[in-house]
Amino acid sequence: MINQGEILQTIKMIDQQHLDVRTITMGISLRDCAHSDIKVSCDKIYDKICRYAGNLVKTGRDIEAEFGIPIVNKRISVTPIALVAESCDAEDYVPFAKALDRAAKEVGVDFLGGFSALVHKGCTVGDARLIRSIPEALAETQLVCASVNVGTTRAGINMNAVRTMGEIIKKTALLTKDSSSFGCAKLVVFCNAVEDNPFMAGAFHGVGEPECEINVGVSGPGVVHEALKSVKGQPLDVVAETIKKTAFHITRVGQLVAQEASSRLGVPFGVVDLSLAPTPEIGDSVADILEIMGLSSVGAPGTTAALALLNDAVKKGGVMASSNVGGLSGAFIPVSEDAGMIAAAKAGYLTIEKLEAMTCVCSVGLDMIAIPGDTSAETIAAIIADEAAIGMVNNKTTAVRLIPVVGKKAGEMVEFGGLFGSAPIMSVNTCSPAEFIARGGRIPAPMHSLKN
Amino acid sequence: MRAFVTVVGKDKVGIIAAICILLAEKNVNILDISQTILQECFTMVMLVDASACSVPFDELSENLSELGTKMELTIRIQREEIFNAMHRI
Repeated sequence: MINQGEILQTIKMIDQQHLDVRTITMGISLRDCAHSDIKVSCDKIYDKICRYAGNLVKTGRDIEAEFGIPIVNKRISVTPIALVAESCDAEDYVPFAKALDRAAKEVGVDFLGGFSALVHKGCTVGDARLIRSIPEALAETQLVCASVNVGTTRAGINMNAVRTMGEIIKKTALLTKDSSSFGCAKLVVFCNAVEDNPFMAGAFHGVGEPECEINVGVSGPGVVHEALKSVKGQPLDVVAETIKKTAFHITRVGQLVAQEASSRLGVPFGVVDLSLAPTPEIGDSVADILEIMGLSSVGAPGTTAALALLNDAVKKGGVMASSNVGGLSGAFIPVSEDAGMIAAAKAGYLTIEKLEAMTCVCSVGLDMIAIPGDTSAETIAAIIADEAAIGMVNNKTTAVRLIPVVGKKAGEMVEFGGLFGSAPIMSVNTCSPAEFIARGGRIPAPMHSLKN
Repeated sequence: MRAFVTVVGKDKVGIIAAICILLAEKNVNILDISQTILQECFTMVMLVDASACSVPFDELSENLSELGTKMELTIRIQREEIFNAMHRI
């Protein structure tokens, strides 16, 4: 039988170290909702989501109550809407976003992802229409998240799409300027996007996925931080072992919750995403883990090495704890959602360039970074291109979620609230990449041999 | 359904009695109890069988939590599986 120490350890993790299941995300295929009439298609989408996800929130709450583990978000991901919407003649896809928003509100989920297009090699008519609809869609809905995949390791980078996304991000910022350009927090630009990601804003239900499934994202930076307090001053292989063991415990909880949710909802279990996802709360920070390893602040030389160790150990520990692992799986470094990152960015120890280096070794990319509102569309596009290149060459997922906050300058603060936190506006290199971005075209896929 | 009731807080007279009365009222059977006092901190872990419980699980959980607030203790009930999942392969 379980002993008292183990029981109290679990309770301490939940109570004092913010252990939680970050999200239960139900993936729903909407491929059968395509129709030549936009109204019929939107109605089919609304009905199907309400039918499949009607019990999702209640089931999540029941599991929380019975197991005593907080499940912070209940979410839905759907087939990239460009694939569903392009059967109709409508130029404007905002009605699809509104139908998704209505359905999300009806079933009571926190967010719904999948207002998406996959354009890594080129755009179809539907893809182009969806991308053009993003700014208005995000401004006029609350719960819908959008994402666009602009590159893959196999296809290279679609630089026309990258250029367009720079403009779309600017436009989204402008249309949502009254809420600190919050629309951009619901928009991710990916390279090597994954099909079963449960985390927002980049979740969508890929074309290779089943009709419906349950994916779970775990969390627990506070638990890892606490465990590392006990190995102060010891060699880094001891640190790695400690993280592995802790990640195992954390992921087992995710696996249990995923299995329970899957059996109660009668929906197959997809994956557990092995992630360390921070929140702005004190004691729930990935930056704190890097600092307890011995860095005076995140952003100091050594940060990339420490993060590489952390990211790898989380996966090694988690992989045995779950029967199916997938999604983004790694440590997240969203600036505005991590108290330690916010502090380091404010103090000037953490810059966008250092964050870019960090994204080479962890999940997932330049995430929740507020930048000056007057940053040009070309500069944003070029930052996306840099990040996509890292993903493409290193065979990993990278993403960009930048928020050019209208009317704000470097050094000012912006408040998003809740899990999205607050962020200092980080300064951006002002040398112009305009001519490079104007070229458009494609960056060819990299070599898959001669890897050095 | 088996679950663990955990009680943490400052020691005082009647903690176990109050909890046992509540559990009996709800038709919850106690299978095992262990209790220690560390630096005046009362810690009790109780394994119970709630299969025949007369109220839904979330209500039982709420009742225990309210009793805890009244007695200035933290009282929780969680299904056994979460502890097994976390600590046993």
